Amino acid sequence: MPTVSVKRDLLFEALGQKYTDEEFDELCFEFGLELDEITSEKDIISREQGDEKAEGASDVVLYKIDVPANRYDLLCLEGLVRGLQVFKEKLEAPRYKRVSPADGGEPQRLVITDETASVRPHAVAAVLHDVTFTQERYESFIELQEKLHQNICRKRTLVAIGTHDLDTISGPFTYTAKPPGDIRFKPLNQSKEYTATELMSLYKTDGHLRHYLHIIENEPLYPIIYDSNGIVLSMPPIINGDHRKISLNTKNIFIECTATDLTKAKTTLDMVVTMFSEYCEEPFTVEEAEVVYPDGRLCVYPELAYRTETLSGDFINKRVGINESAESIAQLLTRMCLRSEVSGEGDLIQVEIPPTRADVIHACDIMEDAAIAYGFNNIVRSTPRTYTVANQLPLNKLTELLRQDLAAAGFTEALTFALCSEEDIADKLRKNIAETRAVHISNPKTAEFQVARTCLLPGLLKTLAANRKMPLPLKLFEISDVVLKDETKDVGARNNRRLCAVYYNKSPGFEVIHGLLDRVMQLLDVKPDRNQGYHIQAAEDSTFFPGRCAEIFSCGKSIGHLGVLHPDVISRFELTMPCSAIDIDIEPFL
Amino acid sequence: GAAGATGFGSMADTGLLESLLRLLEKVDGGTDSQDVAADLGVDHQVIVGAVKSLQALGEVISTEQKSSKHWELTGEGREIAEQGSHEARVFNAIPDEGLPQNELMKMPSGKVGFSKAMSNKWIRLDKAHEGGPRVFKTVETIEDTVRDKLQLVQKGQSAKLEDKEKNELKKRKLLSEVTVKSYWITKGSSFSTTITKQETELTPEMIASGSWKEKNFKPYNFEAMGVAPDCGHLHPLMKVRTQFRQIFLEMGFTEMPTNNFIESSFWNFDSLFQPQQHPARDQHDTFFISDPALAHEFPQDYMERVKKVHSEGGYGSQGYKYDWKIEEAQKNLLRTHTTAVSARMLYKLAQQEKFTPVKYFSIDRVFRNETLDATHLAEFHQIEGVVADYGLTLGNLMGVLHQFFTKLGITKLRFKPAYNPYTEPSMEVFSYHEGLKKWVEVGNSGVFRPEMLLPMGLPEGVSVIAWGLSLERPTMIKYGINNIRELVGHKVNLQMVYDSPICRLDS
Repeated sequence: MPTVSVKRDLLFEALGQKYTDEEFDELCFEFGLELDEITSEKDIISREQGDEKAEGASDVVLYKIDVPANRYDLLCLEGLVRGLQVFKEKLEAPRYKRVSPADGGEPQRLVITDETASVRPHAVAAVLHDVTFTQERYESFIELQEKLHQNICRKRTLVAIGTHDLDTISGPFTYTAKPPGDIRFKPLNQSKEYTATELMSLYKTDGHLRHYLHIIENEPLYPIIYDSNGIVLSMPPIINGDHRKISLNTKNIFIECTATDLTKAKTTLDMVVTMFSEYCEEPFTVEEAEVVYPDGRLCVYPELAYRTETLSGDFINKRVGINESAESIAQLLTRMCLRSEVSGEGDLIQVEIPPTRADVIHACDIMEDAAIAYGFNNIVRSTPRTYTVANQLPLNKLTELLRQDLAAAGFTEALTFALCSEEDIADKLRKNIAETRAVHISNPKTAEFQVARTCLLPGLLKTLAANRKMPLPLKLFEISDVVLKDETKDVGARNNRRLCAVYYNKSPGFEVIHGLLDRVMQLLDVKPDRNQGYHIQAAEDSTFFPGRCAEIFSCGKSIGHLGVLHPDVISRFELTMPCSAIDIDIEPFL
Repeated sequence: GAAGATGFGSMADTGLLESLLRLLEKVDGGTDSQDVAADLGVDHQVIVGAVKSLQALGEVISTEQKSSKHWELTGEGREIAEQGSHEARVFNAIPDEGLPQNELMKMPSGKVGFSKAMSNKWIRLDKAHEGGPRVFKTVETIEDTVRDKLQLVQKGQSAKLEDKEKNELKKRKLLSEVTVKSYWITKGSSFSTTITKQETELTPEMIASGSWKEKNFKPYNFEAMGVAPDCGHLHPLMKVRTQFRQIFLEMGFTEMPTNNFIESSFWNFDSLFQPQQHPARDQHDTFFISDPALAHEFPQDYMERVKKVHSEGGYGSQGYKYDWKIEEAQKNLLRTHTTAVSARMLYKLAQQEKFTPVKYFSIDRVFRNETLDATHLAEFHQIEGVVADYGLTLGNLMGVLHQFFTKLGITKLRFKPAYNPYTEPSMEVFSYHEGLKKWVEVGNSGVFRPEMLLPMGLPEGVSVIAWGLSLERPTMIKYGINNIRELVGHKVNLQMVYDSPICRLDS
């Protein structure tokens, strides 16, 4: 969930009202935000770098507000204030308008060339005309781009935003792609020119930019945007050119978004311009820009599309569980920036979805907004009349019953991890990993998560090792799932419910583990009988001490092993005493 | 244990005990055990043993521990009390005709006794005697006062000596002053001068013969702990799981088959209308599988509908408008939520000839490739409830949640709007924590999106409400555990498992 940091006093000033922390927290809760933390720059620095470093830092109170991941329109102070003011009916949602250039001239134009197709084929653009920045507005503008980059733009992989001082560049602009050796320019905040190849190695050590290098690093062509004089605007998604950077004095801003996902590029552009057109001479107007595709197609951006959905008051009432008039529902929706009117036909409501609300893609999204405006906690809680009869999953029912009786038999239940290292299920048990039928994880952060366990024994032995100080004997069991590759399943693997128990003492206690097998079979109502019941039979298994292992058969089918563990197994799990174990599949007893 | 707290085996002989009791009978206000020892002419330690035996008989005597200083003979002192002082022994060894000095010096007491007897003027030395120096008595008889004094102390009559005398004997290392722990003994509430032996335990023989009626039984020590029973224990997290299962069953929910940790991205994400670029599908959040890397079997028609709703929309939806790829859907992973199973179950339900309402639940493991800390592990248990029926409302979801949490002992609930890719509306569930005096999040809930349900083939009017929470968090709160590793996994403290109480969630 993205967190937006805003200055409290600035926020209250914009809201035209002061709140106590509790009051503001309440408002957030109702609206679906979360006042996560109340802090200051000084606090943050002192927490992260110590009190000394914090000396002299600002102690202006900051609110850190958690915003739902799909509400890009609330990622800056401007958007938050607009949303809350409309919600509190102190403001009417503004209408965002795309306009032609004020001076009557041609719109700015961005020409996309063929070469971009392989690396980053889409681009959209727009112009904010006659903007008035203040220090705070400027910071918020930069911060919003960063928030969008981190969220909807998926760390610039899907979309990258570039903003430029239009008065220092001249269109038409060309969006093309070139071999990195052929690109040469002075990047933002650098004093000399570099080739793109040099830049990639320069930024390897940059704490911020190095995270984006991988997006184009291995591409033969790098995306690049030039103005009509060959001046580099940006090399998306990495860095802008230095000449054209935005400052507090910038009046006219050229915004381009390059992308691999056109839908997200349009949304991102809409967000930037709807949020900051507030500071244009003509507020909430955005100057259009033309984008020419390699095939000659010409598109005008930003889209700033309004869409109208029609739904009935009855639909909302029935889904939410309230009983409001269509008029009242229209009012509720309007408070959520979804300007709504009763159409006059029955209880139909016309709902206008503004460009800021890209999250509204279905009637259910509108229904939710009506419920939020009504207040989730004002809805009457009622019991559904759904009549059903409950059933336990037979496998879990059997597991529950056996667990109780294993504890009654003197064994203590362990709860071990389903993920472990290859070593745990192979080397340490004196097995070959290739023969384990183990499912392997492709992206483990540590060795603890290399495979899904193929048996419960390693977990129990590790539990013994962690509890060596406890009085002997230690008697542990676990009934849980292991995972085995199985080509007959759609995903190529299946779970298998196993019962495993260990006895750890100064003497191996094979008879104790054997007695437990007899007890389990008694509980499962399986008699000792070579054909119709169960029996054990000497077997060789590398995990067990030679001559001290038996295979367990039930109705002629092998269901597991029991025996005294091999001394090497005991040592590899950092244990010192003899140990006997049983491991059986309980699924045949369903 | 209560029964075995004090032994009866060291019982002093009955004769001594009765002598002590008779002595006590004669004195008013009690007596000191040291006096008893002196009176009965036995060692004080023997009397201490007798007192302990009598204490074990109940209220025969009552005692109070005291400590007092007391003079005692040293080893040399005892020898002198028995054989006389060195000087007396030297004096007595000298016949009337005298003794050569060198012979006298060979006596054990010779050296010390000679000089002491000389200074007492009991003897004289004739250095010029022919045949060597010779010692002669100078008096007929002597009084051995040192021995007399020591004998007084030995009889417990040290009080008859003056302090100066005692200190002088102490300087000669014949006496020492020791601290003695003794008892002040008085008659108890059931004082008697005869002893009835107390029995420790009831025996089969006593029951058979009826002799228990005449016997006295040694009282139990109810302050002691009992002996721990030899038994196994269930794991606390599993005890809580059992209770949650019970709650769902009481509410009429059927258990879903969640025994499939490996899931395809298709069922884990795509079927839930979670777009393929969603951050949860990132390598940083989810464990993907390298072997078997891909799932190979999907319901083809359904998959086409899922693809369409993602990439183009439909069912009243705008869709996400991106290029949906089957390669992404095929990727196997460790399921990140049990909702993958709910999706499979709802798809299965949609394939029924006629829709029937269902209530499903599951409690099982899920996996996240997240950063680990004191409250986060790579795997945890998710509790999930799902209700599918015609016309379910958001109010119904809140009603079910209210009933569910009431069974957990949580009655004060409120709901916060939230975002979840596959539910709309989505609500975070908060409960008021009396201890923390604030609202804390206890679960997540929502109504499944039509873009998830309609491609499955569920009828238009059917709503599916669902909620989820982790099993670990309520367990940690219930059992007061701060670090999740002390609860789940092999680093568990078995003593905690042994000691954990039964789980009643509503109390």
